[in-house]
Amino acid sequence: MGQTLFDKVWDSHVIKKIDNGPDVLFIDRHMVHEVTSPVAFLGLKKRKIKVLFPEKTFATADHNTPTRNQHMPVKDLLSKKQLEALEKNAKEHKISYWGLGHQKNGIVHVIGPEHGITLPGATIVCGDSHTSTHGAFGAIAFGIGTSEVEMVLSTQCIMQPKPKKMRITVNGKLSKSVTPKDVALFIISKLSTSGATGYFVEYSGEVFSNMSMEGRMTVCNLSIEMGARGGMIAPDKKTFEYIKGREFTPKNDYWKKAMDYWKKLYTDEDAIFDKEISFNGSLIEPMITYGTNPGMGISINGGIPNSDEQDGSKKTFLKSLEYMNYREGDKIIGKKIDFVFLGSCTNGRIEDFRAFTKIVKGRKKAPNVTAWLVPGSHKVEKAIKEEGLLTILKDSGFELREPGCSACLAMNDDKIPTGKYAVSTSNRNFEGRQGPGSRTLLASPIVAAAAAITGKITDPRKL
Amino acid sequence: MGYDKFKILKSKAVPLAIENVDTDQIIPARFLKATERVGFGDNLFRDWKYKPNNEIKKNFVLNDHKYSGKILVGGKNFGSGSSREHAAWAIYDYGFRCVISSFFADIFKNNCLNIGVLPVQVSAKFLDIIFKEIYKNPKTLITVDLDLQTIKIKKTNYKEDFDINEYKKNNLLNGYDDIDYLLNLKESIKEFSKQTPL
Ligand code: SF4
Repeated sequence: MGQTLFDKVWDSHVIKKIDNGPDVLFIDRHMVHEVTSPVAFLGLKKRKIKVLFPEKTFATADHNTPTRNQHMPVKDLLSKKQLEALEKNAKEHKISYWGLGHQKNGIVHVIGPEHGITLPGATIVCGDSHTSTHGAFGAIAFGIGTSEVEMVLSTQCIMQPKPKKMRITVNGKLSKSVTPKDVALFIISKLSTSGATGYFVEYSGEVFSNMSMEGRMTVCNLSIEMGARGGMIAPDKKTFEYIKGREFTPKNDYWKKAMDYWKKLYTDEDAIFDKEISFNGSLIEPMITYGTNPGMGISINGGIPNSDEQDGSKKTFLKSLEYMNYREGDKIIGKKIDFVFLGSCTNGRIEDFRAFTKIVKGRKKAPNVTAWLVPGSHKVEKAIKEEGLLTILKDSGFELREPGCSACLAMNDDKIPTGKYAVSTSNRNFEGRQGPGSRTLLASPIVAAAAAITGKITDPRKL
Repeated sequence: MGYDKFKILKSKAVPLAIENVDTDQIIPARFLKATERVGFGDNLFRDWKYKPNNEIKKNFVLNDHKYSGKILVGGKNFGSGSSREHAAWAIYDYGFRCVISSFFADIFKNNCLNIGVLPVQVSAKFLDIIFKEIYKNPKTLITVDLDLQTIKIKKTNYKEDFDINEYKKNNLLNGYDDIDYLLNLKESIKEFSKQTPL
């Protein structure tokens, strides 16, 4: 019987199989940030051990960092302490560390691909659930907890049972203004936030093979929002072109050797998945969420469903609408909004800024909207300036912040105030995710741009 | 490094009958700024426990003194969202040793097992019964026996078996952790690393 892409990568990294237990899996790349690592480093200290392979670990500061005045000392003392701890730990263990202000600094899942740390066929982990982003390159990438961060630092391995396999196929042609974000929000709305729990997903079909690498990253990024351990897409010409020549990508003979391995990374025709699902891509419309989990999404012209139509408990559904102050049956279009957030590891890359800019060009930001435009990395920030996007954005009344996770999880000062509505290109609309009492509507950069111009939920095709 | 051993837990339980409880609710991001594992229990379900002005929300179950115990019973799809282990720490620090639900998110479940909190997955029907029995009598005792892999509601005939993989079970019963195991494999790990193509 043939193997799936996932099998090939997973099986080639198993050091040991434990009967009735997990596999011991070797990890090629480990990304570390300031929030989920300090306790892990403390664990190493208690055990009096060092990082086993410092050259396989990369550290950045992103979750907790300010997006203004990064050249100044960090004002929040607790954040500052976390950043200092990471810097100290990185130094002590000889790990490369790209701290605040460093030209390679940015959101962990944005900088991995930018610098060739993310590679096809690699196993990649990080103490952040959206590590699934790196699956866009045909890597097995997933988020881990702090105990596991400690495991990887000390032994370069984790112990996990092999997940089940699911393939999601989307064929057909996407319509205008339908972005990778919409494809992902559409799939999650069909599967629910737990529909892929226990599975590792492979995305296949025309829609994904036609997608840019950045688009694939957006889709894989959101895999975790349907409960999947991760998602991956088989590497192709586009993938190899993207990674070639980047700083940490193998060179010369190493490239050739790696290529021998990468070329085998596809799902064999006779391979079997535990679950197969397929959708028609041409039916997908621009999406937006109305509730408090990413599965509560509808097409932008749709109505909020009735509680009776829900699979889950009616009580939970109504609690969610009450939090949003929305009613069953309401249309989402035309709803007033207060904030727009463009950024995060889901939609904080250059293509996202291009798409946003294209919509707002020659128009003015609505006066009632506060917009936070936060690039995913310094590299993205630089490109925004060099490509002339910043001038256009400024003309339309927008300003650019400095890179970081920002309002995606609102650990820094970028918090949406209580009761306010934010159209956000990030990945989670949980209660309070963007600040206590904040109300989040997840959407694509294009839908976010349209809302920023009109001050309400607007179909970008009708602008 | 290890944690407390887990064998049999007999306790009252706290019913949180909400689905899709995500880790942002269990512990909001603004409380993740510590560099040590201390004090997370105080902020467990912070924004469900308190209003923005720090007033107590009386109708939230953790503020209802009728209910107490070392077992937390949650609705379906418990622990979705962020990978923050702080969520499991907060549950542990608050005093829970076991979480019962009809479905758990993967990373959360792993995190619990790694720090000595037992996630017990029961059928949807059994979960319903647990909620009903606790609502009827908040003093209802539940016995979770890890060795036998059974969960029983005392003074009733309600009982169910639950699954856990042998390796993790053994770890919990003995208070071992994965790092101890992996450190013993160090030499084979080093060998293995030489033959990887990346
Ligand atoms: S942008 Fe959001 S999801 Fe991405 S790494 Fe940062 S906090 Fe996590």
